[in-house]
Order: sequence, then structure tokens, then C-alpha cells
Amino acid sequence: MFPTPIDKQPRGAQIAYQSLIPIALILWLLPLIAVAIFSIRPDADFANANYWGWPSSFEGVTNYSKVFFESDMPRYLLNSVLITVPTVIGAVALSCMTGFALGIYKFRANIWIFFLFVAGNFVPFQILMVPVRDLTLDLGLYNTKTGLVLFHIAFQTGFCTLFMRNFIRALPFELIEAARVEGVSEWRIFVFVVLPLMKPAIAALAVLIFTFIWNDYFWAVVLTQGAESQPVTAGITSFNAQYRAAYHLMSAGSIVAALPPVAMFFLMQRHFIAGLTLGAVK
Amino acid sequence: MAPLPPSTAPRPAAIPASGPAPRGWWRRNQIAITPWLFLAPGILFFAIYVLIPVFQSFNVSLYEWDGLGEAEYVGLANYEEMYWDDAFYTSLRNNVIWLVLYLLAIPMGLAIALFLNQTVTGIRIYKSLFFFPFVISQVVVGLVFSWFYDPSFGLLNVMLGWFGAGPINVLGDERWVTYGIIAAGLWPQTAYCMILYLTGLNAVDPEQIEAGRLDNAKGFRMLWHIILPQLRPATFIAFVVTIIGALRSFDLISIMTAGGPFGESRVLSFYMFEVALSEYGFRMGYGAAIAVVLFLIMLVFITYFLWSMYREERGR
Repeated sequence: MFPTPIDKQPRGAQIAYQSLIPIALILWLLPLIAVAIFSIRPDADFANANYWGWPSSFEGVTNYSKVFFESDMPRYLLNSVLITVPTVIGAVALSCMTGFALGIYKFRANIWIFFLFVAGNFVPFQILMVPVRDLTLDLGLYNTKTGLVLFHIAFQTGFCTLFMRNFIRALPFELIEAARVEGVSEWRIFVFVVLPLMKPAIAALAVLIFTFIWNDYFWAVVLTQGAESQPVTAGITSFNAQYRAAYHLMSAGSIVAALPPVAMFFLMQRHFIAGLTLGAVK
Repeated sequence: MAPLPPSTAPRPAAIPASGPAPRGWWRRNQIAITPWLFLAPGILFFAIYVLIPVFQSFNVSLYEWDGLGEAEYVGLANYEEMYWDDAFYTSLRNNVIWLVLYLLAIPMGLAIALFLNQTVTGIRIYKSLFFFPFVISQVVVGLVFSWFYDPSFGLLNVMLGWFGAGPINVLGDERWVTYGIIAAGLWPQTAYCMILYLTGLNAVDPEQIEAGRLDNAKGFRMLWHIILPQLRPATFIAFVVTIIGALRSFDLISIMTAGGPFGESRVLSFYMFEVALSEYGFRMGYGAAIAVVLFLIMLVFITYFLWSMYREERGR
């Protein structure tokens, strides 16, 4: 293990290390801790410029219930869910198929199609912006969740294909050959042999794509406009315009907006980290 | 043509392959045709929403178009305008600053990973909490940091005050603004690189470390000669995601400064958006021309990434 394990070091170094970690962590998360503290302060503290002193009262419940019951926030959150979940399902479904095709079969165009997906995944969003917005308008899907979902599925298919193909490549190919010898059709090999082995990859991708799409801001701004279809990342700016200078509410709102992917990450941590690293390193 | 929803996508199951042993043409060609049936829905979606729009943007950049009325062909006039446009050069300069400084996320991430690569109690929770910033949306990171920098109550200026340094309005000062935003962007990006390196360090061969120790390699020499070569895959991915992240920077700029003050914090991606879709007017053609330049910059890196991947595929 590198660096040398701390428990092989002198006692003094161990104590120093143990006390250094929490300090480093607090420093690292300082901007976030500040916002969390803001979100439980009363309005009066900001009027009296008591920004960093002891809060005059703890108004966490009041502030957060205002966010949930007196603003458009729940609606934005619901929109985000309705955009994110179908995208995850669609992108994972499409890429299971493309990943299978590119990971199992040997044909001349294979690597070029694979590279097309990878390259497309890296292009800047701006080169797609004008045509995609135009296409969405033409389809009558501008300012709808469907319009956003369709684009997200298509774009995420690039990354998901890279991920799935590399995962399937690492599976034992003998399994497929054995099935072929048995006369199992290709479609059934996909459903009954490969798909069950892909469960960890599907879990990892689903968590990862959930976070990516939940946190998308650019396409939300380009393809949607109002509270009826905007996800929470775009909604938070209207929320902040509504509560201008009410820092306790803006802080609470930001924390609420950030929470779902955070919860997802802590619940599915192992899959998430596997997704971030396995997809590309393999 | 409207994209097909996934449920109606062509499925090989419709072909009689699971019945009694299929004969003839299908049977002979099954292995050649199946991959294309599996690829069809994915390729269709990807072509309609990603591949074709790239070419359409090239085309749009030759027109003067407000997004609604008739487009007027102007040849290379948009590119000529860009050549004389100071705002374009400001954005380009900031893009270069972003690219260079964003790469700091890689050594910083490695440093934190080395710091946390221990087995004391509770280390797993510390690792996840250090990774935390990456999971938060950039919009929230932007908000958090604009309050952190706020000249009247921001924590940064409170802390500067302890050292007797005067308050600085990071986001309102054209000398500091880009660096301030990059610092905010480095926060989640460093967390990302850290997790890549933590996973990489897990896979480092313990025998080589022991051999190094016997040869009296220690500390930095050990890191440089024995550890880093084994971390190459992690470094490559960290490099890729950091370059892409730097060139994609949009959310933070839009949230923290909207390009200001005086357009000093613009980058190409934001300037393009401003030109094409904001109160400054809907100039799709000029916007597309800026996007083309950004795309060509990215293409240099994409080509390099693909070339590296290709060599590795061949080597296998």
C-alpha cells in the first residue's frame, strides 16, 4: 500500500493524522457548511447583518417548509424526477443493446461505430444547440419534458455505449460460444445469457446517469422555459429571483435542489464509484 | 423523421428465431445481421440528436438567421465578424486559462487521494464526504461559491479580514473573476480526480512497492518511479474528463456572473449561448460559427483521445 500505512508509523504521526483528517474535511466542505448554516437562520439575522455570529433563533423547520409549501420548488422537483427517470431507463435500454452489439460481434465497422459514439459523447453542447432546439420546436416538443428526455436519451447513449461495450468485452466469451453451439438464437443469448450478467453495469450506469441528468442545466435552459416543464436546476434561478436577498430561503432551496443526487450517491455508493471508474478504466 | 420511442424500436425477437430450428437465409446470416438490429435504435437516436446536428451547425454558421424567419446566406461573413470581435478573443483567452488551470485538479486530486489512502476507522465516510462536491449540481456549486465570495458577508472576506487583508469583490473585479470561477469549478473536479486515483491506488501492485522499499525508494521517488506509472489509466481518464469539463464550463459562469463584469468572464460556450439565445438578439448564425470554433478546439482533444484508445485496442 502506498503511502505507508499510518498504523506502521510512530504514535505521534498517528495522532496527528487522526486529528488532521476532520480539520481537512471541514476546510474542504466549508462553503457548503456555510450555506447549511444560512439555511437555518431566521430572516432577522440577515437584516441585522448577523451573518456569522450565533443564530438568534433556529428556523430550519420554518425555512424548509416555506420552500416546500409556498414556492414552486415541489413542482420543479417533480419535473426533475419526470425528466430524469425516463432518461435513465431509455439510455440504459438503448445502450444495453448497442453495447451488446459492439462488445460481442466482430465486424469491420465495429470499432468505427464505437468511436462515433465515443466522439459524440465528447462534443461541446453548443455545437448541437441551434439544430437541436430547432428540431425540438419542429416536433412541437419545445418547453415539454418529453423534448428534454428524448435529447438526453440520445446524448447519454454515447457515454452509456462506451461503458456497456467495455463491460461486455470483459465477460467470458466462452459463455456465448457455448450457447451458440447449443443452437440458442442470438436474441435469446442477449436476454438469457448476457443481460443477467450485466446487472452490476446497469446499476452503476443508472446511478451515474441519474446524477448527470438531474444536474443538467444547459439543456434545461435551452429547451424549456416555465415552471410547468423546467427541472430544479433551472427552477432554482427563478426561485432565487422570487426570494431575492432572502438568503435563508435561497440557501434552503439550494440544499433541497442538491439533495436527491446526494442521497442517491450515499445509498448506491459502491455502484456509483464502480460506474465512474470501471466504465473507462475497465 | 421523428425518433422512435424505444418501445417501438425494431426488435429481432419479431423474427422467428426462437421457434423450431430456423433454416435458410436467416440462419446463415443471423450472426452478421443481429448486431445491426441491436444497433439500429441507438444509432438512430444518436444520429438524429448528435451526429447530424454537428453538420447542421456548420451549415447554419454560413447564414444570418434569427431562428424564426428566413435564413440569409452570408458565406463566411460570420467568421469574418468573429475575427474582428474583441469579445470573441476575451472568451478564447479565458478558455485557455480554464484549460490550463483546470488541469490543477489532477495533482490536487492525487494529493488528496494519497492523503486519504489509509485504513483508519471511519476512512470510508471521509472519502465519500470528500467526494461530495462532485455529486452536487454545478448550479448549486455556483450559488454556494458566489455567496462564499460575497464582498459584504462572504466567508472568504471574513477570513481575509483575520489576516488584515481588505475585502475583495472577486466576482465583480475583472482581474479576479475568471480565477474565482475556476476555483469554484476545481472544487468538484478535484473530487472527481481524487476518486479516480483512490480506485487506481487500490490496484497498485503491492509487490512492486515492497521491491521499491528494498531498493530504498521512499516518498516522492517511490511515487514518481513506481506508483505513478501504475496509475497511468487513472491519469488518462482524469485528463480526459478534466479537459472536457474545462471546455464545457457553462453552468458556473451563467450562475455566478452571467459573463460579467463587462464580459470579462465569458468563455466560448457561454458567449455562444449569449449571442444565439439571449436578450442580445437571436443570432443563430453567429452563435453557430462560435460553436464551430469551440468544436474544432475540442476535436483536437477528441482525436487525441480516440487515437490513444485505438492504440490500446490494437495492443490487446
